[in-house]
Amino acid sequence: MKLAPRRLLTIAIALLVLVLPLLPVPEFWITQLNLIGLYSIVALGLVLLTGVGGLTSFGQAAFVGVGAYSTAVLTTQFALSPWLGLLAGVVITVAIALVLAALTLRMSGHYLPLATIAWGLSLSYTMANVEGLGRYDGLLGIPALHLFGISLHDGRRMYLLIWAVALLAALATQRLLDSRPGRAIRALKGGAAMAEAMGISTYRYKVVIFVCAAVLAAISGWLFAHYQRAVNPTPFGLNRGIEYLFMAVLGGVGQVGGAFVGAGAVKLIEDKLQEWLPLLTGTNGNYEVIVFGVLIVLVLKYAPDGLWPAVSRLLERWLPLARRVIDWAHAARLPERGRPQAGDVLLQVQSVRKEFGGLVAVNDVSFELRAGEIVGLIGPNGAGKSTTFNLLTGTLALTRGSATFAGHTIAGLPARAIARLGVSRTFQHVKLLPEMTVLENVALGAHQRGRRGVLSAMLRTDRDEERRFFAEAQRQLERIGMGAQLHELAGNLPLGPQRLLEIARALCTDPVLLLLDEPAAGLRLQEKQALAAVLRQLKGEGISILLVEHDMDFVMGLTDRIVVMEFGTKLLEGTPAEVQASPAVRAAYLGTEH
Amino acid sequence: MDPTIAAILTLDGVGNGAIYALLALATVLLFAVTRVIFIPQGEFVAFGALTFAMLQQGNPVGSLWQRYGDLPGTLWLLALIALIAAAIDATRTWRLGQPRRAWREALTTLALPTALVVLCVLSHPRSWPMLAQLLLTLAIVTPLGPLVYRLAYQRLADASVLVLLIVSVGVHFALTGLGLLFFGAEAFRNPPFWDARFSLGPLTLTGQSIIIFGSSAALIVLLWLFFERTLRGKALRATAVNRTGARLMGISPATAGRLSFTMAAFMGALSGLLIGPSTSVYYDSGFLIGLKGFVAAVFAGLASYPLAAVGALGVGIIESFASFSASAFKEVIVFTTILPVLLWRSLRDPHREEE
Repeated sequence: MKLAPRRLLTIAIALLVLVLPLLPVPEFWITQLNLIGLYSIVALGLVLLTGVGGLTSFGQAAFVGVGAYSTAVLTTQFALSPWLGLLAGVVITVAIALVLAALTLRMSGHYLPLATIAWGLSLSYTMANVEGLGRYDGLLGIPALHLFGISLHDGRRMYLLIWAVALLAALATQRLLDSRPGRAIRALKGGAAMAEAMGISTYRYKVVIFVCAAVLAAISGWLFAHYQRAVNPTPFGLNRGIEYLFMAVLGGVGQVGGAFVGAGAVKLIEDKLQEWLPLLTGTNGNYEVIVFGVLIVLVLKYAPDGLWPAVSRLLERWLPLARRVIDWAHAARLPERGRPQAGDVLLQVQSVRKEFGGLVAVNDVSFELRAGEIVGLIGPNGAGKSTTFNLLTGTLALTRGSATFAGHTIAGLPARAIARLGVSRTFQHVKLLPEMTVLENVALGAHQRGRRGVLSAMLRTDRDEERRFFAEAQRQLERIGMGAQLHELAGNLPLGPQRLLEIARALCTDPVLLLLDEPAAGLRLQEKQALAAVLRQLKGEGISILLVEHDMDFVMGLTDRIVVMEFGTKLLEGTPAEVQASPAVRAAYLGTEH
Repeated sequence: MDPTIAAILTLDGVGNGAIYALLALATVLLFAVTRVIFIPQGEFVAFGALTFAMLQQGNPVGSLWQRYGDLPGTLWLLALIALIAAAIDATRTWRLGQPRRAWREALTTLALPTALVVLCVLSHPRSWPMLAQLLLTLAIVTPLGPLVYRLAYQRLADASVLVLLIVSVGVHFALTGLGLLFFGAEAFRNPPFWDARFSLGPLTLTGQSIIIFGSSAALIVLLWLFFERTLRGKALRATAVNRTGARLMGISPATAGRLSFTMAAFMGALSGLLIGPSTSVYYDSGFLIGLKGFVAAVFAGLASYPLAAVGALGVGIIESFASFSASAFKEVIVFTTILPVLLWRSLRDPHREEE
């Protein structure tokens, strides 16, 4: 297998890092690197949580503390194996993380960090006051680890284990980000509506990343305890929790490499400040927090992506990022659901109503859609078309009324449940993930057709399913004429192709009914004609379509029936010819003569 | 526990709760108007209490500031960050080609800090009467609020709540470190403002607690009047409801932000002055005190002023009972109450993700 240059570089750096203690490196630097390695493991968790997932935690140091104290208590007071200590630390950490997640993650994003502050404070006071945990003095005499019969009792030997764990954690995180659960996690930050419409439970993935970050912190704590051979409450306090977050922010949240850059930079800056600041102020004290505080504010203001982009630009110049290798040419097709008989009633909407306070946005609207039909929903601006869409897809909760899809009641269901029944949609304001390639964005649509999880992704046992995802995504992209843009970043596309991308993503969910919100807006004439041809072809394959559109040529030439709305109310329903002939419709759009 | 002890503890708890209420209200106000979750609210408390302590007792022996006379370090901090803010603002306006406006802006920013510095250098504030020292403390700490907003948050007004929260943590770090620099690591306790005692059966009501209840209640009434009866108050409420809408009505988000930070800093400094005589205050004590206000603000969903006040009284009472029955675990108990509070909130309004 031929390796991409960038991968070769990564492997070379990893090897260099691992052989370092065999070289005559001074003990001081081994100690520094050990701490940087331990910090990096925690910062990696925050990269996943904050950078990728858009959540945050100030309580990571407390999870490190749980990992450290668990093994400290079990090995010193019960003389149990450190491996049991690791297991206990991870189990307790997962339990605590699940409780915090369950309490906060269904609410707005800022409740999790607030809860982690309270949890971090509670834990440090507990550690400092419980007799069995040694109070402020902590626990001493933690045994060294033994690995393959070798005792890891000094810094140089411990170094190997710490950095092996750090590099494996980085590899696992990198793999996770490029997988089915990884794409779902990367979708969290862009707003939940799109992810939910693709059948993804955003709550579930928020819990997943919080637990992953907590477990990484606990593992770092376990290593820390057996490295220092003693624990006390100080390194697990809230301030350290904030410093961990700062490492991730400074390094560049969202990038695995950023965790290492950030941890290294913070550790080195901290050392220098502890050397210099006492000279400057004439007294000893924790003054480096002033500099760190000001730095956090400056970084977020002037370089919100941290230091990593600078590193990344350098790498880009010498070693351009390799494109994804197309290895899915012979992948099996993903399973497809059966299509209903043409002409059966598919979607039945009965007196749905939506009130925003006193405003009735959708006023008891009813209509039907039969399998194999293309129905247009038109009306002047503010007629309630998009609101109707959002009611049918579960993005908004309806005030009254009922809606059934293929015999299932969909009114009141969450968006993802409706998506899983085979209703897929696009958005009026395009919602895609600009940092991901076109192909990856479209593959997000296939999420609900696979089942590989986080562990599979980390162990790379998900590659077969991944190939099927990408084959499907490529097939859908070629179908709408975007086969040449697979590897472009979605954010670099003009608006027209972005809309097409959304359609391909919706098709990737294997829909029975497509809901397209202004699909032709921003397209050029030829693109519109091509889109109309694709939609007709989909109809021929048994897919039904409901579309909101302002381009009348497009609607009239494509649809079987049209529902006209005005001021939230259904004005008329009929064939394109009937609608065009209707004086009421003309009045709605153009006003009446007096 | 007999009823007398319970009554004493409750009275004690309500006293602390009244202070947490001020901080919780400030937190809710800042979040509503600026979306900033202002973790450093407690730092104003410590700054308030300790600035007054410096005026009363002088700078701690051996501290950096003792070498530079006996004015509190917060005064110099105010002067310094006012200079930085004025320089940044003036440079920007100058570059826009409006040198005259640049000078005017710089002078406006610098006027109050300069006046305070001149006043303090010329007179000898340590020999002032207590009331004048109290006012001077408020005059030094309150302007720090809008300056902190100007330097840390103003240009990030459109950032996500998450980014603003991380900025808050940075500001907390910086202010705590500065607190250590100004006030040293020792604790201070201020003399009581009014050392009268009144007996109510088995209970003793101190003059200090009457002052606490009175000032908190007065401030809450003033806040209510401000929001209900004044144009500026209504402008803040409008900004809280809809930032863009308020902007279209000519209410500048920056002005609203500065005003709400001024109010928050004032409430923080006042809380600091109120607790100074009953608690030993360290440079970093403010953080824990502020977070107790936070627990109450979370109870209120960071949205409702009355609920925040109720929550704060609850936190105060829980704390006072906890310190009686398990004093070592007082903080653990107080901060763990956030868990049932969050459970209650998430059942009450499972928030949909903001777009």
